[in-house]
Amino acid sequence: MTIATPRPLSAVLAERWNRSTLLRHLSIAVVGLAGYYLLSISLDAFHDLQLAQISYTAIAAAGLTVLSGLSGQISLGHGALMAVGAYSTALLLEHQHWKLGLVLLASTAITAVVGAVIGLAAARLRGPYLAGATLALAVGLPSLANYHELRNVLGGANGLLVAPAPPPLSLGETFPVERWQAWICGLCLVITLVLLANLASSRIGRDMRLVREDEDAAALAGVHVARTQVFTFAISAAAAGLAGGLFAFVNQLASPGAFPLSLSLALLAAAVLGGLGSLAGAIYGSIIVTLLPTWSADVAQSAHLSRSVYANVPLVAYGVVLIGVMILFPSGLQGGVRWAGRWLWVTIRRPLARKDSH
Amino acid sequence: MERFIDLTLAGVTSGAIYAAVALALVLIWRATRIVNFAQGGMLMITTFIGYTVIQHGGSYWLALAVAIVSGLVLGAVVERVLIRPVENRSPLSAVVVTFGVLVLLQGLAGMIFGGTPRSYPPAFSIIGFGNANHRLLFAPNDLWVVLVVVGVMAVLALVFRRTSIGLRMRAAAFAPEVARLLGVRVGRMLTLGWALAAGVGALAGVLVAPTTFVSPTAFDATLVYGFTAAVIGGLDSPPGAVVGGASLGLALSYVSGYLGSDLVPLGALVVLMVVLMVRPSGLFGAPAGRRV
Repeated sequence: MTIATPRPLSAVLAERWNRSTLLRHLSIAVVGLAGYYLLSISLDAFHDLQLAQISYTAIAAAGLTVLSGLSGQISLGHGALMAVGAYSTALLLEHQHWKLGLVLLASTAITAVVGAVIGLAAARLRGPYLAGATLALAVGLPSLANYHELRNVLGGANGLLVAPAPPPLSLGETFPVERWQAWICGLCLVITLVLLANLASSRIGRDMRLVREDEDAAALAGVHVARTQVFTFAISAAAAGLAGGLFAFVNQLASPGAFPLSLSLALLAAAVLGGLGSLAGAIYGSIIVTLLPTWSADVAQSAHLSRSVYANVPLVAYGVVLIGVMILFPSGLQGGVRWAGRWLWVTIRRPLARKDSH
Repeated sequence: MERFIDLTLAGVTSGAIYAAVALALVLIWRATRIVNFAQGGMLMITTFIGYTVIQHGGSYWLALAVAIVSGLVLGAVVERVLIRPVENRSPLSAVVVTFGVLVLLQGLAGMIFGGTPRSYPPAFSIIGFGNANHRLLFAPNDLWVVLVVVGVMAVLALVFRRTSIGLRMRAAAFAPEVARLLGVRVGRMLTLGWALAAGVGALAGVLVAPTTFVSPTAFDATLVYGFTAAVIGGLDSPPGAVVGGASLGLALSYVSGYLGSDLVPLGALVVLMVVLMVRPSGLFGAPAGRRV
């Protein structure tokens, strides 16, 4: 009898939804894109620029989330990988005159190759030794631009100017360039997140988590530990490279000073603040590290403080937030959001359940 | 040949500074398994405190003493208040907290002292040994730097190996649970470890200040090279910090002298990678045993 009863459509859809990861991720991506579009057209030029900055920061932070959260490696050098992507974009746009999409793709691929080479070294290193090596990378690689033999190509300390890529004319003559930049960055962010989310729930993602939990057990289970680690490093570097390419596109600049050590540390902070291993967390984290300095500067400006005090308010606020969030939310903001969600669910359910029992 | 000697001597001096910072990081790593990025900010603040003492007419020596004492206090306070809550969590939480402390201290220093670099007086003459025809790239002040760092290393080695408090600190770091059962106040030992490390860091800050000047971000490079030296030596080993500091100081001095100062950060990366490719746990670090 039960076979004959047609199942309600909602149940069929729910099952599909639960079974097909790709469908789930694509639906979230479509909703995300629509939300991003509505947000971008309601903002003014300055806030659209911030939206673009948040988007490329989130791309790099998402790459770092996959590296640290899934395969358990640490990198303090993702700022340097962003520099590789930015310089690739600047050089390709200047010398090859390719379309922007192709340039970004090529920059991503170049950085992935660089990341694979670094990953080969990184796969031998653990914990603080990997931290030290990537820290030296963050400081050492951007300084290459200052080397006198390469100064002609890489532009020395001034860096390279990137030719602006204006929005297509079909959008209208007065279309704000910042909104166009935000759209490009948002599209890249959504594509990156869908790809990374699929990767995380694939076989390779499972291997990565196994490697993170126990390398020996992973090896015994037939997972090639070093290969998985190198692959993860390359993927993570690719995300950083794309972020760097977008950085060059938005800021029309690639210079050593744009990729300081503090950028690498801010990316790590974004990934950890949001909650390691959570791609949604990478977005919150990026919002915080991008907007907090501007917000606190605005607040400080309105408070009529002396110049040296007001100039340093953003740094102090940033430090306090980093310390506070880490002490209060052990698993990052995403952990806090999950906890709040569960609490809300329980508080709503309790009166309902009581009503049912009467 | 003269140039080589000069570069070697300059390398020994900067190597001594790197070794001191590396030692501060190693002490904290051994005690709490945390890489302390805040060390750069902590030694910056204590150097500013020393600078303030000199500004108000204090002598170099009074400033040095005040800086070291404030370093001891600052280290203990940071460990007790900010690090203790995250001590047993994932190492990344602690890394982000120490980074937060670094940023916070830099911001506070900027608020109080402003961003302009200030000059810090050296203890002794900075005119190199030798006569008017040829002066070595090694001055009485450099000799003082090297001697102080070597002296501090010797004293710390004695404390750790020959005194009861040193034994208790090593026990607390090596096996906290067992040490606690044997009556060692493990928490207190960890705080003491941080205090000692920050004291050594404060000393390094005052020693390096005449060359780097004093500003909120002046010691970033010192921290990076100190950490590089600690990793080269092996984070578990105080002698490793000394050897790592000395070899990094020499290597960077040669890179700067023969290839150009632009390449120094890249040189540090190359030296570090070469060492780590041969010995993934540093020169003196024990290879990590793995148990299935």
